[in-house]
Amino acid sequence: MTAAALHPRLQEIAEDFDAVPGKERLQLLLEYSRELPALPERYAGHRDRMQPVPECQSPLFLAVEVDPDQTVHLFFDAPAESPTTRGFASILHAGLDGLTADEVLATPAEFTSRLGLQDLVSPLRLRGMAAMLGRVKRQIGEHRGGLAAAAPARARTP
Amino acid sequence: MLPYDDKAKFGEYAHPEMIVSTEWVATHLDDPGLVVAESDEDVLLYDTGHVPGAVKLDWHTELNDPVTRDYVDGAGFARLMAAKGISRDTTLVLYGDKNNWWAAYALWVCSLFGHPDLRMMDGGRAKWVGEGRPLSTEEPKRPHTDYPVIGRDDTRIRAFRDQVLGHLGKPLIDVRSPGEYTGALLHMPDYPQEGAMRGGHIPGAKNVPWARAADADGTFRSRTELEAIYAGEAGLGPDDDVVVYCRIGERSSHTWFVLRYLLGYPNVRNYDGSWTEWGNSVRVPIAQGDNP
Repeated sequence: MTAAALHPRLQEIAEDFDAVPGKERLQLLLEYSRELPALPERYAGHRDRMQPVPECQSPLFLAVEVDPDQTVHLFFDAPAESPTTRGFASILHAGLDGLTADEVLATPAEFTSRLGLQDLVSPLRLRGMAAMLGRVKRQIGEHRGGLAAAAPARARTP
Repeated sequence: MLPYDDKAKFGEYAHPEMIVSTEWVATHLDDPGLVVAESDEDVLLYDTGHVPGAVKLDWHTELNDPVTRDYVDGAGFARLMAAKGISRDTTLVLYGDKNNWWAAYALWVCSLFGHPDLRMMDGGRAKWVGEGRPLSTEEPKRPHTDYPVIGRDDTRIRAFRDQVLGHLGKPLIDVRSPGEYTGALLHMPDYPQEGAMRGGHIPGAKNVPWARAADADGTFRSRTELEAIYAGEAGLGPDDDVVVYCRIGERSSHTWFVLRYLLGYPNVRNYDGSWTEWGNSVRVPIAQGDNP
């Protein structure tokens, strides 16, 4: 079975992880955790305007904005003492922010398993990342739901 | 052997030799014979900065067998300790994130191999950081040691599923959150669950969430406070044969440490199969709701 194609930006991230051996992947994840963009003023200190992701083992909040031209903007907030969670959020930000809603929705749920982190990070952790992606897609579905009666089912978390 | 920490709070515990303060660690950091090890729930945290000279013990990749659901064996443990520069006579001080949750797990695994001098740093990583003590990102290079191969002893502090079945009617402590205990958590929609087919708890188990043993600053509560919780509320006593469990045995390691060393109950075992085994087992009894 061939795996579903990734958007070139995500594909590049997956290849970067694939290119480094074993434990160095954690260093790459750590670099991502440092690069998670700070929140803009409208979200900083306003977790009530964001959505919690309880599947993550550490606190994570996200917000999704969709422009009229369907460009998606992602905002994540996780504490500095949760670098793994920040790293996952940062990967999704680097891979998906600025894509169109259709492109984000087309991201396969099993993308998280293509980073070669299974042996380094616990399955529960990786599920947390899959849950982040699931919630991003669901929120996009909800944005659309306001416009048309598009079935949001495909954007649901498995 | 390094001196014990004579802090008054520790003197009240049944085994004051098992615990040291951040001050003590700061004072003894360069002493030969001491290795400090960080074990975190977040496996990247160590790399963001750790107690200077501390080694990393990764619960996920280093303490577990990579294939069988079990811990490393005696040879594997000896290799791991040797690679970290830990000898059999090393004073090994453990600390970590989240009230020493995973540090307790690492300490429990090291106890399966009977490492003679294990100690926990009270308050863990958060207290060290909160006090503004130095952090280093430099990975220490300790010379390899010659750690002996000691067989793992699964009889004293570890319980297996069939032993728990035989234990029904005797004291059991479920240290998970109330929602996991009652079984309600498995029924919440859209939440990927933690791999159990059924929700609830082992019949007879009392629910004492593990973090109740920690104060707001992550340090262990005083002996008087711990006795009020475990002897007072849960009705445990030093003569009891106690089994503790959670989801995979990590949170319950923390409670095991509290009961075994801070309160000094001699017969406490950790059921590491915990709910991910029990809640997936065919035809084992399960209780749901608030009552044991």
